[in-house]
Amino acid sequence: MSGWTKIDGRAVALRQSNVDTDQLIPARFMSAPRSEGYGSFLLHDARQEDAAHVLNRFASADVLITRRNFGSGSSREAAVYALVDFGIKAVFAPSFGDIFQSNAVNNGLLPARLSEDQIETLIDAIGEGDADASVDLIDGSAMIGGHALSFDLDPVWQQKLVNGWDDIDLTSQHNEKITKFRAARFAAHPWALPAT
Amino acid sequence: MTAPQTLFAKLWAAHEIMLREDGTSLLWVDRHLVHEGSHHAFAKLGDRGMKVAAPDLTFGVVDHYAPTRAGEVAADIRRMIDTLGQNARSQGIRLFDLRDPGQGIVHVIGPEQGLTLPGLLINCGDSHTSTHGAFGALAFGVGATEVAHILATQTIWQKRPNTMRITINGVLGAAVSAKDLALHWIAKLGADGARGHAIEYAGTAVEALSMEGRLTLCNLSIEGGARLGLVAPDQVTFDYIKGRNFAPTAAAWDAAVNDWAALKSDEGAVFDCEVTINAAEIAPTVTWGTSPEDALPITAHVPDPANLPATKQEQARAALEYMGLTAGLPLEAVNVDQVFIGSCTNGRIEDLRLAAKVLAGRKSRVPGLVSPGSALVKKQAEDEGLAQIFTDAGLEWAGAGCSMCVGMNGDLVGSGKRCASSTNRNFKGRQGRGARTHLMSPAMVAAAAVTGHLADVRPLLEGRT
Repeated sequence: MSGWTKIDGRAVALRQSNVDTDQLIPARFMSAPRSEGYGSFLLHDARQEDAAHVLNRFASADVLITRRNFGSGSSREAAVYALVDFGIKAVFAPSFGDIFQSNAVNNGLLPARLSEDQIETLIDAIGEGDADASVDLIDGSAMIGGHALSFDLDPVWQQKLVNGWDDIDLTSQHNEKITKFRAARFAAHPWALPAT
Repeated sequence: MTAPQTLFAKLWAAHEIMLREDGTSLLWVDRHLVHEGSHHAFAKLGDRGMKVAAPDLTFGVVDHYAPTRAGEVAADIRRMIDTLGQNARSQGIRLFDLRDPGQGIVHVIGPEQGLTLPGLLINCGDSHTSTHGAFGALAFGVGATEVAHILATQTIWQKRPNTMRITINGVLGAAVSAKDLALHWIAKLGADGARGHAIEYAGTAVEALSMEGRLTLCNLSIEGGARLGLVAPDQVTFDYIKGRNFAPTAAAWDAAVNDWAALKSDEGAVFDCEVTINAAEIAPTVTWGTSPEDALPITAHVPDPANLPATKQEQARAALEYMGLTAGLPLEAVNVDQVFIGSCTNGRIEDLRLAAKVLAGRKSRVPGLVSPGSALVKKQAEDEGLAQIFTDAGLEWAGAGCSMCVGMNGDLVGSGKRCASSTNRNFKGRQGRGARTHLMSPAMVAAAAVTGHLADVRPLLEGRT
């Protein structure tokens, strides 16, 4: 995964709260290999039922503005693959599902938190159209539809998005510690090993 | 004197390998459970040419895509199951394959096999991993990148969540179950009410729950947005575990019980958030909308969006439209097209017993499917005569798996069809495209079956012990 620091693109508003991962990618698509691309699965049923769906009208959107509890539900990372493969680079919402947020950051997708009021202001400003959007990861700021904002993001996640770090490489540096921990844990608590 | 600690803090400390300067901890993973959906993670591992770091602590099971009925299996489903088999074989992982007597839903077989124990850290690429917290284990769901990381290192980086204690005082009413309790608190706090928190469930109503009830309660923690749920282990927990396949024996058992007895929040331990609920206030509960927070007592009416807080109105209108419901309609007047009993939430033996108690000697007015949570639950239910009660009532008795909860194994609710379901998510399209799901306890599903509409199970249980 490669890191990034700035986005210059277009934002659209998805006026829903509780957009769960079952809506983001219906389960029936999840057996596909990632190499085939997941972009067409994004919000598949909603987009197919509504030709005027915002993501049908603005298929080159980079930034999504949406309401609370985005990405709640299932741990399926495929929900993030669908967003990323569609071309979405950042989602702004008052809150996100916990597992979704981690999945997003692990795939270079920014889950940026704004207050409910800020989100409502942006939704009103963008309406059913789209708007200019620029995002700066380094100073945590954005300019969306003419509104200057600073968003909330865990500094650890900011670093990860900027550097495109892969945790497996980072963790491998601590292999010795891990090996020692395992030995000590099962020596002190042999019951913690599966019995057979 | 050290400060009083929460159960969560004790579990966290016991697994923390290191704490990075930025506040992220590297945690040791005692059990890693994988399923067909873990194919992305195995592919990532394969791309790096890596092997599974601790195959002895990794267990696989076929559940999400498991066909529960005889007949043709679609090619993509077959491929998903075969891929897990190949990955398990090549990595030396114990697999509970389709025909294994221990097969079932990952969150049912973990406890059943004695793989889930108090004090362990358990991960699985499934959000309902919170289920295992019922044993006093630190258990949470993760995405594919994290599954790959655990496969490669047997560890996970985590930021410490806040703590929340939900205390349920008093006694649950007759026919009011852990499912009703969970839907009640989620409706009260919201589907993101516990976001960023580790919940500990406490109080007399929780202590009185069986292991099955505690599993249901912890299972639904994620539906309130929590990272995980916990119940402090006690004699009920120990009695459940003893003698199970992978559970400790002999001297290890004694040492385990000794260690486990310390797994509770100390008197005076401070939580970031405290919620208190009176058990007597909880009625049999059903959902009316498309989020688990859209839950009400069965005696209530479909809400009028105009009477809801401004921020919820748009969502509620969309939910009613999707669900095909009119504001003001008594919930008991909502007819159902079909019923489903099963899932990691309510597919255990006690769930089937409660549903059977309602169904015994009665007929279902609508078609329905009963899928036991595991092959062992299936066998036990057949031995106890429960399967016969279901089939006598006109319901279909199927094999074990995630079945009609998850919409990916062939068991689907048709578009526009209304299903009374013992599952965990009433999301749009969850049980199938256009499917309308009402969540409730297995006993309430049985009540819907015999009446043909959403119904209060309490009168149906009068005179039945």
